Amino acid sequence: MNFYLLSLIKTAIVVGIFMHVLAYLQWIERKVIAHVQLRVGPRRVGPHGLLQPLADVIKLVTKEDILPSHVNKVFYFLAPFIAVTFALISISVIPFGPIITVGGVRTAMQLTDLNIGVLFIFGISGLGVYGVALAGWASNNKYALMGGLRSSAQMISYELPMALALAAPLLILNTLSLREIANGQAGFYLGFIPRWSIFQMPFPQIFSFILFLIAGFAETNRVPFDLPEAENELVAGFHVEYASMKFASFFMAEYANMVTVSCVATLLFLGGWHPIFPEKYGSGLIPVAIFAGSALLCFFHAANPARPFDRITLPVFGLLFLGAAGLFLLPPVQFILLPLFWFSAKVLIILFVFIWVRATLPRFRYDQLMRFAWTFMFPVALINLFITALLVALFP
Amino acid sequence: MDALLFMIFAAIAVICGINLVVQTHPISSALSLVGVMGALAALYLLLGGEFIAAAQLVVYAGAIMVLFVFVIMLLNAGTEKKMVVRPLGKYLGAPFLLIFFGMIAYMIQRILPASSPVVFGAFQGGTAEGIGRSLFTVYLLPFEVTSVLILIAILGAIVLARKEVD
Repeated sequence: MNFYLLSLIKTAIVVGIFMHVLAYLQWIERKVIAHVQLRVGPRRVGPHGLLQPLADVIKLVTKEDILPSHVNKVFYFLAPFIAVTFALISISVIPFGPIITVGGVRTAMQLTDLNIGVLFIFGISGLGVYGVALAGWASNNKYALMGGLRSSAQMISYELPMALALAAPLLILNTLSLREIANGQAGFYLGFIPRWSIFQMPFPQIFSFILFLIAGFAETNRVPFDLPEAENELVAGFHVEYASMKFASFFMAEYANMVTVSCVATLLFLGGWHPIFPEKYGSGLIPVAIFAGSALLCFFHAANPARPFDRITLPVFGLLFLGAAGLFLLPPVQFILLPLFWFSAKVLIILFVFIWVRATLPRFRYDQLMRFAWTFMFPVALINLFITALLVALFP
Repeated sequence: MDALLFMIFAAIAVICGINLVVQTHPISSALSLVGVMGALAALYLLLGGEFIAAAQLVVYAGAIMVLFVFVIMLLNAGTEKKMVVRPLGKYLGAPFLLIFFGMIAYMIQRILPASSPVVFGAFQGGTAEGIGRSLFTVYLLPFEVTSVLILIAILGAIVLARKEVD
């Protein structure tokens, strides 16, 4: 098939799914935090609040777009563009699955495979900081400026341990292409321990994984490192003067960055789309079991409804889950769905950790944040890299 | 296609470079410099230097320029004042600029027949592997000397920063 046509189709699919994930991530976040805090979360708009993201989008688009009189107009408009553009580009090099053949067309489940993929993502996400810094400066507001300054200092500081943590698994896997990185983690030790980076010999990269996740929290400005927008100190930080769709751009950028960090962590440390135990022990049946279990749970709660509405909605969801479980048993689509399932399961688990931490931990103080980066993260990442390099050199 | 992309990014680099000098506000100048760096990264990519392109983005556009912008924001540097243009510069500036451009054009024209034009995609040694191999074999001594130099510079920076504190 024509290269351009194929790329166009793949781009449309990836962008469509990515945008929905970004919208529904917010719904998931609100629901998870609500349940952590013993609330039910959004449930007014649509069944179980499932249309809440749509309502939010309509609200954000139709809100009055205020242009404060004292801002630097060019950079005020430029900042949200920069933030959201550089946050969305990274998805183009993420591989979601192996090379597949659909209807005689052989293609990779990925938009493009760069042989500098890791560096590309790192460079692009480094540029995202301009959005936040410029927004803070152009708003001409002391809270926003403080937020912008904090954000640039924080991102420069945490990029170092992040890069060092990334370098360690790259030493073992010996490539910068994200597809080859995932493929380098295929297979199993002793027939059942996956060769993911966090288990891979000669030095399991578990420390790098933890360091990368912590630095990822800081890079995406998430709790407990959300100093750039600390509500009780800076009102809303760098985006305090932004309204309507420009505010939504920053919001979208934050969630897109979260998804990117989760995807990179999955690819570098958790083996990408490779299952947790071999196919011959039945790892292909895990998604069927999960979806069928969810369906049974839905039917059980429909029979014992907590709210009258559940009697109607839960059987519908149960049937949908049963349908999904059935799809995983069909051989013609199984080979596409299984890698996608493992990849999205790992990404969603990391995203859940992001939300879980937000609901659990209090915010750092600014000096604690900086001291943590430079006196703890940086030396530990350096030692970890050194040990990895030594062991890779000794046991090639 | 390659030549067209080269033209586009070269134009972006030149326009951003001119904008860097023309702008009076430091933040605008710094961001123009970021534009130059980004365009240069794209040009490196076109010439086959993938690793250099990525390093350009990560190091220059992503780290050094962020530091520049950070310092400008921290010091709250305002718009710089235009200096008074002296009549000598006003009347002699344009002719001298023309002479300068003429000399450059003449030199390029003299060099041009001797050098062959770049073929896009001909250079293959720009991968991370290729760069690493040449750094640790052919250019090992310069590489090590540079790293020692950087170490000395870091130590110097720390010593200077310490003195200012007390």
